Amino acid sequence: MQNLSIYASRLVDKAEPFAPGHRACIGCGEALAVRLAAKAFGPNTIVVNATGCMEIVASQLPYTSWELPWIHTLFENAAAVASGVEVGLKAQMRKGKIPQEDINVVAIAGDGGTFDIGLQALSGALERGHNFLYICFDNEAYMNTGKQRSSATPFGASTTTSPAGKAQSGQTSWKKNMPEIAVAHNIPYVATASHSYPFDLIEKVKKGLSVKGPAYIQVYSACPTGWRCDTDISVKLGRLAVETGAYPLYEVENGKYKMSLVPEKLKPLSEYTSLQRRFRHLKPDEITGIEARLVEEFNRLVEKAKCL
Amino acid sequence: MSKRVGVEVSIALGDAVKMVNPDVIAAYPITPQTHIVEHLAELVAQGELDAEYVPVESEHSAMSACLGSAAAGARTFTATAGQGLELMHEVLYVASGMRLPIVMAVVNRALSAPLSVWGDHSDAMAVRDTGWIQIFTENGQEVVDQTICAFKIAEHHDVLFPVMVHLDGFHLSHVIEPIEMPDEKKVCEYLPANTNPFTLHPSKPIAMGDFAPPVVFTEAKWAQEKAMLGVKKVINEIWDEFAVKFGRTYKPVECYKCEGVKNVLVTMGSYSETAMTAVDNLREKGEDIGLIRIRLWRPFPFEELRAVLKGVENVIVLDRSISPGASGTVASEIKSAMYTEKEKPTVKSYIGGLGGRDITVEGFEDLIKDGISDRNEYNGIEFQMVGVRE
Ligand SMILES: Cc1ncc(C[n+]2csc(CCOP(=O)(O)OP(=O)(O)O)c2C)c(N)n1
Ligand code: SF4
Repeated sequence: MQNLSIYASRLVDKAEPFAPGHRACIGCGEALAVRLAAKAFGPNTIVVNATGCMEIVASQLPYTSWELPWIHTLFENAAAVASGVEVGLKAQMRKGKIPQEDINVVAIAGDGGTFDIGLQALSGALERGHNFLYICFDNEAYMNTGKQRSSATPFGASTTTSPAGKAQSGQTSWKKNMPEIAVAHNIPYVATASHSYPFDLIEKVKKGLSVKGPAYIQVYSACPTGWRCDTDISVKLGRLAVETGAYPLYEVENGKYKMSLVPEKLKPLSEYTSLQRRFRHLKPDEITGIEARLVEEFNRLVEKAKCL
Repeated sequence: MSKRVGVEVSIALGDAVKMVNPDVIAAYPITPQTHIVEHLAELVAQGELDAEYVPVESEHSAMSACLGSAAAGARTFTATAGQGLELMHEVLYVASGMRLPIVMAVVNRALSAPLSVWGDHSDAMAVRDTGWIQIFTENGQEVVDQTICAFKIAEHHDVLFPVMVHLDGFHLSHVIEPIEMPDEKKVCEYLPANTNPFTLHPSKPIAMGDFAPPVVFTEAKWAQEKAMLGVKKVINEIWDEFAVKFGRTYKPVECYKCEGVKNVLVTMGSYSETAMTAVDNLREKGEDIGLIRIRLWRPFPFEELRAVLKGVENVIVLDRSISPGASGTVASEIKSAMYTEKEKPTVKSYIGGLGGRDITVEGFEDLIKDGISDRNEYNGIEFQMVGVRE
């Protein structure tokens, strides 16, 4: 990975705007991902949080885990609220009502608040070109309400609303290609990232903040509670997701694709799925079928990164 | 100098918004509100108004963007109607719960189905309990005046609640009226800069919209309600100051020819003017009738209403919406307000003017006569539908 260096850890900001003491489950990858992303925000940042795990675990009155100005309003409107914050600041600065300075506006939401119910507000905000960064923390289901499926849930995964039963084998649709939808809005920066590649994640967040206009970053966030896996393997899972091609890491700068990491040879998908009980019901040939499609999609992405 | 001009009420409303120099306008079009936001977009495009105009993709986002901008400390305006107001519904509670001083013009419109773009108060009644301050207007002049007052009310540090200014769709929004536009400099003096002390800024980080477990939720709501209870006093002061400065007086409840009468008609919104003529006509014929107009709908003016209804025996209420399976909402509210009184008047609920249906002066006269007659209200029917063809 290009930005990786042995010095990288020393360069990371020691400040923790997402302070310790939140109420996430043990081993929560999403909390780790948020913490890492927040390290890249800098003190001049306003955070707009959608309803979901990260809002609930970080904001129970009278406490807060945020050392930045933070606002949560609803589940589906983080992008719209962020639009308002951005223009509100812009107008006041232009009119001299508040001092002129660079203030980052960051919207954060889960995959449900992004892929599903918040998609319209996000699309609107991206289309209008607000100068803000939207980060989707993707734990592949609605976890805050008890692991119901979302359109980010991988094919075959068992959730409480796509359960594995005699007649149906978990999620019956394929993960929505949300980064591609963001790319289709012609915004300057789109990327995927993972808590298991912290320096890459931090670099991407910084890049997303530095571009003028909207940026979208989707961050793999393991959820031991929802994925029914051991609580000490979140980071391992994030690595395996990349190494098997299940969660490719890449960025799209002004339409130009770049892979962040291409494993020499993809590992078998079963190495990844076998560690999570959400895939337990899948028969080997079903896993192979899913793998075939994921590999095909991965290769297509690699080709895109080559030709553009 | 203020001058009287003949102008469409929606355009005048837009001009009033321009006078208060808002920072952000986020809006989505819906009939019959469109002329307002179109006019504001034009003012911004022409460089006559220095504001961020955010053409959002839905009303849900319009109110969400307003939330964000007001939370960032910006003076914020939007307008909507009917279905648009209902699409905002969820966000309205957040705006009031966060005490954000957003001003919104609601051009009242009936709700689907069947589809209707014309006016009634169904949309307003559906958002009755969202925690917004709500003011109903009767004519173009009031629309302009109340739009200006709304910002002063919303942004007052003892208030900090969002405000809806209601005006009737088409019956008010699309008519051309002679309106005295206030002097811009005087408006500027009347309305100080928005200095909300609780805003999102890195210089002083705060958290807004936290998650409240049962041990604190009730307290949070009580704090909000306590603040709301103090609002009426401020509104009265702001209206009094307006009267001194601009010469037009506004009260939470207004009486027309109701001294010493036993019967009163109660209305809200633009029909009040037609009702006035009907009251005039009937008074000339020796009927005992006065008119009460409710201007401030939230917070509800309990004391004012009880004061003006002292000695009244018979209250005839015209609601422009229906609470299905019950009766008229304003009528219910008046009944509940009077329940604690020793001398309780009878309250008769009439529903009419739905989906843009006109009620003429004669229509009001008939309604009043019916209301004064000995109709047994509790004869299995809680209300009467006015002018319905069967
Ligand atoms: C309009 C609305 N519908 C449903 C909900 C209930 N709800 C709250 S959070 C949530 C799921 C959140 O899932 P996601 O966005 O994936 O975030 P996660 O909790 O997984 O981090 C749901 C369904 C809500 N708050 N608002
Ligand atoms: S449910 Fe999952 S995402 Fe939510 S706090 Fe627990 S581990 Fe984290």
